[in-house]
Amino acid sequence: MINRIERRLTLTAGALCLGGIVLFVCLAAVALLAFDEPGSANDGVVFDAYVWRVARFTLLQASLSTVLSIVFAIPVARALARQAAFPGRVWIIRLMALPLGLPALVAALGLIGIWGRQGALNTALVAIGLDQPVSIYGLSGILVAHVFFNMPLAARLMLGGLERIPGEYWLAGANLGMRPLSIFRFIEWPVIRGLLPGIAGLIFMLCATSFTLVLTLGGGPAASTIEVAIYQALRFDFDPPRAIALSLLQISVTAALLVAIRLLTPAADEGHGGGRKVRRFDGRGGFGRAGDGLVIALAVLFLALPLGSVVSSGLRADLVKLAGDAMVQRALVTSIVIALISGLLCVVSASVMIRARQAALSSRRPTVLLRGLAVGIFASSSLVLLVPPVVLGAGWFLLLRPFGDVARFAPLLVILINTLMALPFVYRVLEPAMATHTARTAKLAVSLGLSGWYRLRLIDWPGLRRPLLMALSFACALSLGDLGAVALFGSQDMVTLPWLLYSRMAGYRSTDAAGLALFLGLVCLALTIAGTPRAGADDQRRKDVTA
Amino acid sequence: MSLPETDIAVRLDNVRVQFGETGLHFDCAVGKGQIVAVTGASGSGKSTLLNVIAGFETPDTGRVEILGKDVAGRDPAERPVSVIFQEHNLFAHLDVATNIGLGIDPALRLGIKEKAKIASALLRVGLEGFGKRLPPTLSGGERQRVALARALVRRKPVLLLDEPFAALDPGLRAGMSSLLLDLHQQEGHTILIITHHPDDVRTLADSVLFLDKGRILLHEPVTQFLDHTDLPAVAQFLGR
Amino acid sequence: MRKAIIPFLAAAAAFTIAFSASAEDKVLTVYTYESFTSEWGPGAKVAEAFEKTCGCKVSYVSVADGVELLTRLKLEGASSKADIVLGLDTNLVSEAKATGFFAPHGIDTSAVKVPGGFTDDTFVPYDYGHFAVVYDTETMKEPPKSLKELVEGDPNQKIVIEDPRTSTPGLGLLLWMKSVYGDEAGAAWAKLKDRVLTVTPGWSEAYGLFTKGEAPMVLSYTTSPAYHMVAENTDRYQAAAFSEGHYIQIEVAGVTKAAKDPALAKDFLTFVTGPEFQSIIPTTNWMMPVAATKAPLPEAFGKLVTPEKTFLMSSDEVAANRKAWIDEWLAAMSKN
Repeated sequence: MINRIERRLTLTAGALCLGGIVLFVCLAAVALLAFDEPGSANDGVVFDAYVWRVARFTLLQASLSTVLSIVFAIPVARALARQAAFPGRVWIIRLMALPLGLPALVAALGLIGIWGRQGALNTALVAIGLDQPVSIYGLSGILVAHVFFNMPLAARLMLGGLERIPGEYWLAGANLGMRPLSIFRFIEWPVIRGLLPGIAGLIFMLCATSFTLVLTLGGGPAASTIEVAIYQALRFDFDPPRAIALSLLQISVTAALLVAIRLLTPAADEGHGGGRKVRRFDGRGGFGRAGDGLVIALAVLFLALPLGSVVSSGLRADLVKLAGDAMVQRALVTSIVIALISGLLCVVSASVMIRARQAALSSRRPTVLLRGLAVGIFASSSLVLLVPPVVLGAGWFLLLRPFGDVARFAPLLVILINTLMALPFVYRVLEPAMATHTARTAKLAVSLGLSGWYRLRLIDWPGLRRPLLMALSFACALSLGDLGAVALFGSQDMVTLPWLLYSRMAGYRSTDAAGLALFLGLVCLALTIAGTPRAGADDQRRKDVTA
Repeated sequence: MSLPETDIAVRLDNVRVQFGETGLHFDCAVGKGQIVAVTGASGSGKSTLLNVIAGFETPDTGRVEILGKDVAGRDPAERPVSVIFQEHNLFAHLDVATNIGLGIDPALRLGIKEKAKIASALLRVGLEGFGKRLPPTLSGGERQRVALARALVRRKPVLLLDEPFAALDPGLRAGMSSLLLDLHQQEGHTILIITHHPDDVRTLADSVLFLDKGRILLHEPVTQFLDHTDLPAVAQFLGR
Repeated sequence: MRKAIIPFLAAAAAFTIAFSASAEDKVLTVYTYESFTSEWGPGAKVAEAFEKTCGCKVSYVSVADGVELLTRLKLEGASSKADIVLGLDTNLVSEAKATGFFAPHGIDTSAVKVPGGFTDDTFVPYDYGHFAVVYDTETMKEPPKSLKELVEGDPNQKIVIEDPRTSTPGLGLLLWMKSVYGDEAGAAWAKLKDRVLTVTPGWSEAYGLFTKGEAPMVLSYTTSPAYHMVAENTDRYQAAAFSEGHYIQIEVAGVTKAAKDPALAKDFLTFVTGPEFQSIIPTTNWMMPVAATKAPLPEAFGKLVTPEKTFLMSSDEVAANRKAWIDEWLAAMSKN
């Protein structure tokens, strides 16, 4: 609920953002489709048996990865929510944002350091007398990697939801003598269930478009995703119509699945309490505490070991020399600047669109136009992840060609593509938090005539600071670790850290590359520390903005 | 009840609000300086009635007049009303004085004069020296007093209260009722108060708006209402 | 909130301008792949050497790899600034010619000697390497001596290969198998499949797995050991010589029709086949020179595998059959 002027402004701004996204994507696709130059091969057949096989495998691995990530995330989120005083808890939560910022190749090598044939796990098995190595190459490897990337993401999003449960619920639960199972069933699960469509959709899309991890750990071409076929079509065969057709296939199949997920799971209302300090009374007993401790410890091991492997490889590099390398310094600055700009752009446009969607849906009988805006914002903020950056890059390359040297526009395009790719994450972090915030504050703010800058400063920023920072750090980490968008325009004028890392690897300098991976990890760590401020007792109380 | 035009504080003229299948219809006039108890079963439309007056809800048809002026298209903050909700009246991260200050200027440009006003409002609701406290450290009753203090500094002639004492225990409620009456005597607000308690109706109200299934069933002086046991809905409300 | 976007856009724009290159009077624009222009690559030395003779400025535009180079040219079409394109390989030649962007080089290439005897009127070879299975001598005492031994050997001794759908070495191995096995290639792949630990999207991932010790073998180049011997001073990684022969990768350069100064561009192509350029290549690009160098190659290069027989298919044949052969590979490798 906002006043009329602000409502109109918000709706306009949201429509502009949505229009911008749709235009950005569609123009690229149209440019590619209209492209007709000598040498573009096209034999007309797009949906052959190969494509269907690849599509089937894409669905299979993405569904399994999603289910596993979520199944493992639930106990982890629950344990972390219950044990508010767990030693090092804030560091564990920070750790969970780290995988996002790592390029796929770095993460794959880290995982192999633990799970690989020569990894820590097999070395340990050999030590206890088992000499047949456990091989993760194949579907299992893909699943391990996807769970490594997405379980922490799911757990963090769920944890956010669990922490928004009003304090009264825990009082009531304790008062009624609810056992852990009842607490899960009646208090925690309804909240998690409400978040599931969003989380599952996001993870599904990330896994469906996975490329390097699927090929590297998949063991053979039986494990290929549609994204591989798109890449092949555009980069190797240069067949733009086929690339677009495959992208549409990827989008429509996934969209159908997302709609199904949403229809199957009713959205849950988040409870509104009186702003009482959140204190949980469960998980106090030795047994509950030990169980939670075990779950958290396992999750930390699962995450930290591969990261540790990345660190230990990195330490073998000549870090001092690397840090003094002018090229590395430039790449570091470029990467951070790109990450910050796209992160901020993403958080701002996501908040505007979420506000616009709330405004569009707040009237009792939204017009078709308003409903269209709301649906459009929701759909674009999810499906944009399925648009292959390689398609966007090539399309915009064609569009900008008449305006001179395309390399000049490269930074802007890279920033925009990164912004777009981070949007689904940011949307999912912010949307539930903003819904709760609006429900708690909007009426009061409007009745007092609090609007514009003053509401932002006095009410919205204090109430949404944590989710905004978390969203920003997610978006920055994603942009930081992204190679895709940069690789399209890559020229020696714009070198980012992941680009430099790949380039060193391509030049046999894998030790240097490991050192750079460590730098990337450290920057990510700094981002996640900024994105997850330590919760003081004061903060605990302030999470509820009204009393 | 018919009143001369100039004595009307709030008039709902043939106001209709449609919620999906259910339609609500309000037609009434409230006299200046009156305290009107708005009662009825849950879901009878009490909150919607207040929301329409406050501007949180836009009627599909009909006119809403406050002090003789059509307020259609005016934002809640632009209407001459103050609202106090059952809960969540204060921003938890802002101290009491700031919460009240927001009632004077949403941009919080507060000079010495304004600060004095805040202090005197706190004094009037019996919370002298509470200015630096944060809302979560207050009791429920104290928080509602802060909300009242803010309504005082806003100086709007119409006060809308949506079950303001519902979360308080009986002792505190009696205290709040008498505070509200005192303030009403000093300020002469027109007050619409939603309540479930016959006691509140007896001690506070001049007249009663009794709602049933989205319609105003009765609008009559409180003494008349209390005798109105021939209607089952009213009898049930009064517990007879 | 909306207003806040404008400063970001302005910052992004400023950022864009800061990155744009400055222009010079007489400039030769060379399109190439990224590792050519990286800090340790040949790019800087090549530019320096050529600038001494031409009185011009060499400006590089680099993209990820040779395949991307061709895509980039197609996307740019007539607006391309490229005078020289350096870094396509022989498999891409017929596709590159079909674009119509390239002009005949018209220079004397008699000094150029490439195994397999590749010559072309449009593209000039500047270096080459043979694909080879590189193995880790610490974990592999008896490397395969032929492609046949690789295919039929112990499935517990794994190899990491690259994907022919997304990488040049992957396509190289595909053509190598086809050259040796012909119509039996499908069956050979089905047999080799058990030895394949995994198929990576590119060379970097495969070589990364190999140097991490995940597999004792990787598909790479005969020249890979030279890097380890020269730069890291270790003999640990060696290429296996295969008795059937090795498939070759020849990298070529060409002049575009749109070249602003065709004479200058041709001078550059001549320079590319000359001793100055050829001497820079081996220890920077880690490939073999195609013509005489100023000084003998480092000792390490003498220890490298020199294939007795070289396989090379014409790019027309590759272009005509690539899809069918990849389908054959997919079918064989996807069987359970």
